[in-house]
Amino acid sequence: MKYFYYLATVLILTVLFTTCKPKGVQSAISGDSAIKAYVPPGKYDEFYNFVSGGFSGQLAVYGLPSGRLFRVIPVFSVDPEKGYGYAEESKPMLQTSHGFVPWDDLHHPALSTTDGVHDGKWAFGNANNTPRIARIDLSTFRTSEIIEIPNSGGNHSSPFITENTEYVVAGTRFSVPIGDKLDVPISSYKENFKGTVSFISVNKESGNMDIAFQIQLPGVNFDLARAGKGKSHGWFFFSCYNSERANTLLEVNASQKDKDFVMAVNWKKAEEYVKAGKGVKKAVRYAHNKFDESTHTATSTIKTEVLVLDPKDCPDMVYLMPCPKSPHGCDTDPSGEYIVGSGKLAAVIPVFSFSKILQAIEAKNFEGDYEGLPVLKYDAVLHGEVKKPGLGPLHTEFDANGNAYTSFFVSSEIVKWRISDLQVLDRVPTYYSVGHLCVPGGPTKKPWGKYVIAYNKITKDRYLPTGPELTQSAQLYSIDGDKMKLLLDFPTIGEPHYAEAIPAELLSKKSVKIYKLEDNKHPYVAAGEKNAKVVRKGNEVHIYMTSIRSHFTPDNVEGIKLGDVVYFHVTNLEQDWDVPHGFAVKGANNAELLIMPGETQTLAWRPDRIGVFPMYCTDFCSALHQEMQGYIRVSPAGSNNPLTFSTGKTTKDTSKIQ
Amino acid sequence: MKNLFYLPFLLVSIFLFQCDKGVKKDYKALDVQELTKNQPEVHGSEIKEGDVTLSNPLNQDWIKAGESIYELKCLACHKLTDEKLVGPGWKGVTKTRKPIWIMNMITNVEMMLESDPEAQKLLEQCLVRMPNQNVSKEESRSLLEFMRKNDGEQ
Repeated sequence: MKYFYYLATVLILTVLFTTCKPKGVQSAISGDSAIKAYVPPGKYDEFYNFVSGGFSGQLAVYGLPSGRLFRVIPVFSVDPEKGYGYAEESKPMLQTSHGFVPWDDLHHPALSTTDGVHDGKWAFGNANNTPRIARIDLSTFRTSEIIEIPNSGGNHSSPFITENTEYVVAGTRFSVPIGDKLDVPISSYKENFKGTVSFISVNKESGNMDIAFQIQLPGVNFDLARAGKGKSHGWFFFSCYNSERANTLLEVNASQKDKDFVMAVNWKKAEEYVKAGKGVKKAVRYAHNKFDESTHTATSTIKTEVLVLDPKDCPDMVYLMPCPKSPHGCDTDPSGEYIVGSGKLAAVIPVFSFSKILQAIEAKNFEGDYEGLPVLKYDAVLHGEVKKPGLGPLHTEFDANGNAYTSFFVSSEIVKWRISDLQVLDRVPTYYSVGHLCVPGGPTKKPWGKYVIAYNKITKDRYLPTGPELTQSAQLYSIDGDKMKLLLDFPTIGEPHYAEAIPAELLSKKSVKIYKLEDNKHPYVAAGEKNAKVVRKGNEVHIYMTSIRSHFTPDNVEGIKLGDVVYFHVTNLEQDWDVPHGFAVKGANNAELLIMPGETQTLAWRPDRIGVFPMYCTDFCSALHQEMQGYIRVSPAGSNNPLTFSTGKTTKDTSKIQ
Repeated sequence: MKNLFYLPFLLVSIFLFQCDKGVKKDYKALDVQELTKNQPEVHGSEIKEGDVTLSNPLNQDWIKAGESIYELKCLACHKLTDEKLVGPGWKGVTKTRKPIWIMNMITNVEMMLESDPEAQKLLEQCLVRMPNQNVSKEESRSLLEFMRKNDGEQ
């Protein structure tokens, strides 16, 4: 009897545990999660979330807390859907010193700040593969500028910004041979390969970028970076791994040393050295591409010089701090006092103190030097270590209450800990293998808090299967209370790396709705249907075309000859929000145009055969959208067909207009 | 030992309580239709009786300004004759419509299509919503002057 009674107790407990608690991963979701992440139809989200698209090369814009995808901003990769990189106007944006590069890998967005707080002006992004930095205008959500970084490879510790967006930095993950000796054996890495960090100045009003100076450094791998802020404003911190300077099988060979470094750069000091003429101008080649809002057209120019500072000529500018086990993240807290290093293979999270760094420099408390750079004593600069926090710490974000949130790749979790006493407060699982994480305003002096979002590397069983290739994902947690709570899973484009979130009201009010026709300075604008025309210049035919609901002018064109290059310069005459028109012509080895109200865009078409080719509007614009179409006739090369164009009843003979 | 007899029941109640905790039920059902009406886009402020005065002779500067706006933003859909293109031709419009009707149709088309029976009738005929062409109140007055000239006024 007694035995039976115990058995019953165990059975009941087993049933309860299986039905209530361990429902696998779903147990982490509490009952009110759906309400907290629910944004009703017609209502707006609280935050914009700018999420890097990784190997898609683009920047995705989501709403929080709903996780709804609003827009994919084309940055480093062509986007046929928007004509980006296909229209004549945007092609120059993707020019580099290597020519036209249609793809890249965008890892880190950075939102501009003034006095360390989001100002909502621009987002910056890095191209990892062919090193570049892009600036995106947050009133148009378009890429405004792209600058290539010379003397660089694997532009990974980029773009991170100073407190007032004075500079955007770009650091090399892959050191490369630079200067005159480029054709060298790979095995001569230690001798010939150099790392660089570039400081790109940003004009306060226009946002225009310019490489102010580069600092030439030993051939380690720079991984991530953060600017100092508040008391540490004027300094920049970079994590470095591969201090072994291995050039093969880095998995093993770059994990030999117990400690690599966090590098501290006094950039105010660097500015002084630049002023004092300590920089050396080096011959390089890099592209600088700008988009002009009034002509809706980008231009690309090649620059040939960059100013390089060598720490050997510039003492007290660069210091190294030992940091355990191949550090990845390198994050400064809102006060600017603490710098959190995250050794990918470490069992602790070291937290450095800026005050102690200054004291150690003052007292010359060095343990030696590395390639001529002074190395500060680990214990002298350490605020403390978070002990046994988890496995594989990667990145840290902050809230406004003195707490830090660190992602753990290997143990798939986010760990919340207190900066002051380094105590672990809470941990939540992620699904699975979290990389970066984001607290709205987390990298600024004024974190907006409320949520932490995990950007995961592996989804496995989280969604319906779609063959071998699965979507990547983000997970939203509330951090309002003492305990982090999982609210929502949402799929992401490409591979999400870093992301930032900004209160919606900082951007929504100033979002551009239309381009004013009166301000359109495009050289091929057709300002009104009266100005629609067709002009031949040798074998180039320029069609100044207009579109309005629901017709093109002209919509019948004849007199094109095989061998001609036809340029459709389409001006959208609409002046109403959300009324773009599209344009496509049969057989074009190109994409469509998607023309915003008041904008002019150009499609180049090289007809490959004679015949009559349909063209049409690709964006459903009105009840008569299906009527928005036209024809263009292509005749043999030697034909005498005059160039004519028309819409409706009026036909004009333009054979006299040459 | 006897005290432990109730242990399983106690555990059952604890677990049941924990399972139920955290489910919030006191939220209102949402009126989705009402929410989607809440569109913050505003095109212009309504032009009211008394805001517009007509005088002769016509203001030549306004006519000139009106004509260039017409060519840039209106000509694609409206002819100066009475022939319908996408929208109705303009010939005679100042004789059949009040000045404020014309100006509101230019600057406040959303409001007109929602509330004005004549505007609604035209939409049924043309099937293309008159677009908001980002024309200001002053510019619409110039367009009105240009229409008056088109209708033969001096």
